[in-house]
Amino acid sequence: MTDTLELSGTDKSFGTLKAVDDLSLTVAAGERVALLGHNGAGKSTLMKIILGLMPADRGTISVFGARPGSAEARRFVAYLPENVAFHPALTGREQLRLFCRLRRAAPDAAGQLLARVRLDEAADRRIGTYSKGMRQRLGLAQALIGRPRLFVLDEPTSGLDPVSRREFYAILEELAGDGAAILLSSHALTEVEAKTDRIAIMRRGRLVANAPLAALRSRSALPVRLHVVARAGDADRVAASLAGSRINGVGVDILCAPEDKLDRIGAIAALGPLIEDIEVAPPSLEDIYAFFSREERP
Amino acid sequence: MTSILALAASEFRIALRNRWVAIAIVMMTLFAVVLTVAGTAATGTLGVDRLTVTVASLISLGVYLLPLLALLLSFDAVAGECERGTLALMLTYPVGRAEILAGKFIAHLGILALAATIGFGTAAAIALIADPEASVGLPALFRLFWTAPVLGAAFLGIGYALSAVARRPGAAAGLAIAVWLVVVVLYDIALLAAIVTDGGGTFTVDFFPWLLAANPADAFRLFNLAASEATALASGVDGAAASMPPAATLVAILAWPLLALAFAHLVFRRVTP
Repeated sequence: MTDTLELSGTDKSFGTLKAVDDLSLTVAAGERVALLGHNGAGKSTLMKIILGLMPADRGTISVFGARPGSAEARRFVAYLPENVAFHPALTGREQLRLFCRLRRAAPDAAGQLLARVRLDEAADRRIGTYSKGMRQRLGLAQALIGRPRLFVLDEPTSGLDPVSRREFYAILEELAGDGAAILLSSHALTEVEAKTDRIAIMRRGRLVANAPLAALRSRSALPVRLHVVARAGDADRVAASLAGSRINGVGVDILCAPEDKLDRIGAIAALGPLIEDIEVAPPSLEDIYAFFSREERP
Repeated sequence: MTSILALAASEFRIALRNRWVAIAIVMMTLFAVVLTVAGTAATGTLGVDRLTVTVASLISLGVYLLPLLALLLSFDAVAGECERGTLALMLTYPVGRAEILAGKFIAHLGILALAATIGFGTAAAIALIADPEASVGLPALFRLFWTAPVLGAAFLGIGYALSAVARRPGAAAGLAIAVWLVVVVLYDIALLAAIVTDGGGTFTVDFFPWLLAANPADAFRLFNLAASEATALASGVDGAAASMPPAATLVAILAWPLLALAFAHLVFRRVTP
């Protein structure tokens, strides 16, 4: 599989601040990679370097084998900036037709794209009258012009309502299915948890994690939470025999290391009639993110 | 080329919606007509046709108004896109920075040409209707028609460069006004002061005419006055029109837009959105 996007040893400093620090990352065709990190972790700077909007101080970056920002790279790359903006005096359709022409696509494709992001009714209103969510959807529409092979999306779902978010991820899935590579940043962790193939976490310009969620989960070795529902009146007994903590009249919480999970479940099952139900909750992406983005890891 | 024309069409549409097209046309026409009507009241004694007098007035008007309009149209070009955040997205499209600048330039130049043609044309029409002898002044009018956008082009280029240097619309607007004041107003006053101090010495004879030609607004004035019978009507700095070879002023007015646009492109290339 050829890598659509390949960065190695990339550095970028602003004065004494290292915005991107010795970062290496690849995104392959058909892959959806979520880029996570606190504000100021360097996500947007990294994206601007990939797009060629900003030169890197050091490192090799290849976008389809071309230099970032070169005419060849730009033909295949679509960008959705954070808080995307357009000229307020133009209508959505006019703006999109312009972008179609710049990408050498038929301007009439604009209508279809607007319908795809449900902006067809607002297409002939000025962008100045659009809500943030509508501008964001127009931003997505422009990114779809001309079948790009790499999507760089900076907080694409901010300002979108829940329905639009679902539609957005459905479109992403379609694009990835079609073989496009997708790199998106987000603060909405629960969304990307289920909708991306790999998680990359940046902290102070460095990549501190870069793997599928399951692999990060096992690497972090964060405890699994077992929630046991005891039969009425038996919660104390269950809590005592499992060495767990009782959280209410019937519930008992047990934290255990991932490798002990099956043994503990066995022990719970052995209590037989005392147990009403059991739920297994692996560490969420929020837990894993907090773990990897912590300032000092032991 | 498709990209440039698409960008130009979009830019023109924006200017139309923002009323810039209307403002430019109204300003040009209003001032041109007022100057013509007011300026030709006392021409009988001068023995010059009415259009020639009108053109002389329009040249002076153009020197002030065309740079001002050009700077007003152009100061926001780069800084505004930076501030709105539209530039970053535009630069990820397969379109070069030179093309982006060219698109804006074509639209803005079109607006200036339209405003100058309508404004000057209206004034000239009034003169032609009022005075049957006025057709003598037609060559000078045609020269004014084609040099007006060229002067505008020079200041569009300067405006884009300022816009790219400033990167914020507020700062760009301030710079644009400062440049207009210095180049169009203070430059001539400074030269006049130098002449007075020099009292007809080497500065007045050897340097002064070339310093005039080096300023795009003055070069425009000299080149146009040279074609007009109205040189006799000119006074002060304009009197130098007689001492400059028209070829030198022609080179100056043609070189300015090229240099200014090349410089604007150079500065724009260094802008990181």
